Amino acid sequence: MTLSDFLTLLPAIVLLAWGVIMLVVDLFLPTNRKGITPLLSGIGAAAGLGVNFALTGYSQTGFNGMVVLDGFASFTNTLLLISSLFAIMLSYDYMRRMNIERSECCALMLISTAGMMIMVQAYDLIVLFLALELFSIPLYVMSGLVRGKISSEEAALKYFLLGAFSSAFLLYGVAFLYGATMHTNLAGIVSAIQGGAVQTVFLMLGVALLLVGLAFKLAVVPFHSWAPDVYQGAPTPVTGWMSVSVKIAALAALLRVFVIAFPSVAAQISPVLGVLAALTMIVGNVLALVQTDIKRLLAYSSIASAGYLLMAFVPYGQGEVASDSIAAGLFYMIGYLFASFAAWAVVAAVEKEDGKGLQIADYAGLARRHPWLAVAMMIAMVSYIGVPPTLGFWGKFYLFRTALEGGLVWLALIGLLTSLFSAYYYLRVVVVMFMQPGETEARREVWVNLLAVVSAGATLLLAFIPWQLLDLASTAFLRFP
Amino acid sequence: MVPASYYLILSVVLFVLGALGVLLRRNALVVFMSLEMMFNASNLAFITFARMYNALSAQVVVFFVMTVAAAEVAIGLALMVEIFRSKRSVDIDQMNTLKG
Repeated sequence: MTLSDFLTLLPAIVLLAWGVIMLVVDLFLPTNRKGITPLLSGIGAAAGLGVNFALTGYSQTGFNGMVVLDGFASFTNTLLLISSLFAIMLSYDYMRRMNIERSECCALMLISTAGMMIMVQAYDLIVLFLALELFSIPLYVMSGLVRGKISSEEAALKYFLLGAFSSAFLLYGVAFLYGATMHTNLAGIVSAIQGGAVQTVFLMLGVALLLVGLAFKLAVVPFHSWAPDVYQGAPTPVTGWMSVSVKIAALAALLRVFVIAFPSVAAQISPVLGVLAALTMIVGNVLALVQTDIKRLLAYSSIASAGYLLMAFVPYGQGEVASDSIAAGLFYMIGYLFASFAAWAVVAAVEKEDGKGLQIADYAGLARRHPWLAVAMMIAMVSYIGVPPTLGFWGKFYLFRTALEGGLVWLALIGLLTSLFSAYYYLRVVVVMFMQPGETEARREVWVNLLAVVSAGATLLLAFIPWQLLDLASTAFLRFP
Repeated sequence: MVPASYYLILSVVLFVLGALGVLLRRNALVVFMSLEMMFNASNLAFITFARMYNALSAQVVVFFVMTVAAAEVAIGLALMVEIFRSKRSVDIDQMNTLKG
């Protein structure tokens, strides 16, 4: 192990170390001063972001080719770190209000983010598995943070059982991939496949199980059943953060592993991915229609987003299109991050101490009392639908373009129709906020309001420089062996 | 000597039994045991392949998996104790607060 090995993982190491230190520092904090921990973890996440920016542009492997630092990892790490910063902003007041102000929340958030970053940087399937567990296990705890509240505990147990179930699939897939190729390292797998000495049955089985494991994390239909329950039961800041970060990490791992190691099985896998994407778009959008709870609505909306992301990923085996689908996926993630945090900040601001205020009907009259929050929510909804001028529009535009480039007209058509369909339930929220009379009270709390305005502003303003952002996403290259 | 394929078949059987247990059993503890069985099926597969290829690396993997499984036990049992305190039961069918 040399210094450069550690350099490869430095952003994740900073976060891990900071998270552990925070747990120790917490012991010496008096109970009435716990509010300082979100500030400390915010500094930690910012430090990680700084280190990550300093390392952008590096391209190297570390720890005997177990992890890799490349443009793709730097880009995704940036998104993950911004997401964790936003989540800390979101939880600052919320945790105090809900009386769950315990510092392990923010420490676990940092540790889990480190796991996600290692997952993005993993170049070995075992590291991928370990990173997946490193970010999942804190998430199970954070879902159940509201002790004594049955919905939160139930969400945690459901997430735990199904999450472990999916990890078992992933691990079994890795075992079979090892059986097929004698390697767990992506570079080794590539050379084994190119050498032709692979057991095809084991290889296909391994790829399929790996796909199932990652699809669970990405909440792709039919592996989505945990998502609405967990999103509803978990504390709102955790839900918002989870819906963004887990999606980014799982998608990035899927992109990296499949684009690098398995282009050779694309002929068999692509049709399966196509069906999964179509199912996810249809089921996610249709079930979102009947929801009355805003958290469940956003949960189904995030499932639908996974479908759109998967759609662009279907033609990953066609050399030229693969780089486009990576760029389009990363670009969509930028828009998804800002729009989601705008929406979740409003949800957290409106939610009451006793857990009320989560129905869509509770948003009646929000526009009159809190015009800024209502506008932020509206921008988020419009961005989810994919209407210009928002980042969501450009995100969907590039995803559809990639699908068409790959010759998947039917899939793009399904995506377009379901997007039109989704306008109904997204706009219903806007109508309730702006047209219906009501007396909705929201928290006038600095950080949450700031987050809503900043995220919504970014969703709107960044939409005017889509080319520059897409260039950034396109230069987020994958390092090939 | 027992051929390696026997171990592989045993691992598949264990994995399928575990998956069925997760899907069919209603007690969270039994579901959890089934999950552990799935992890151990993977371990068995790793060791079998390691013997087939005479490679050491896959045997090391098993230690990682055991560590992860232990961490999951700690979290899982804690969650179950917590939910048992409020509901007096760990029956999955009764976990129906969240739906819609």
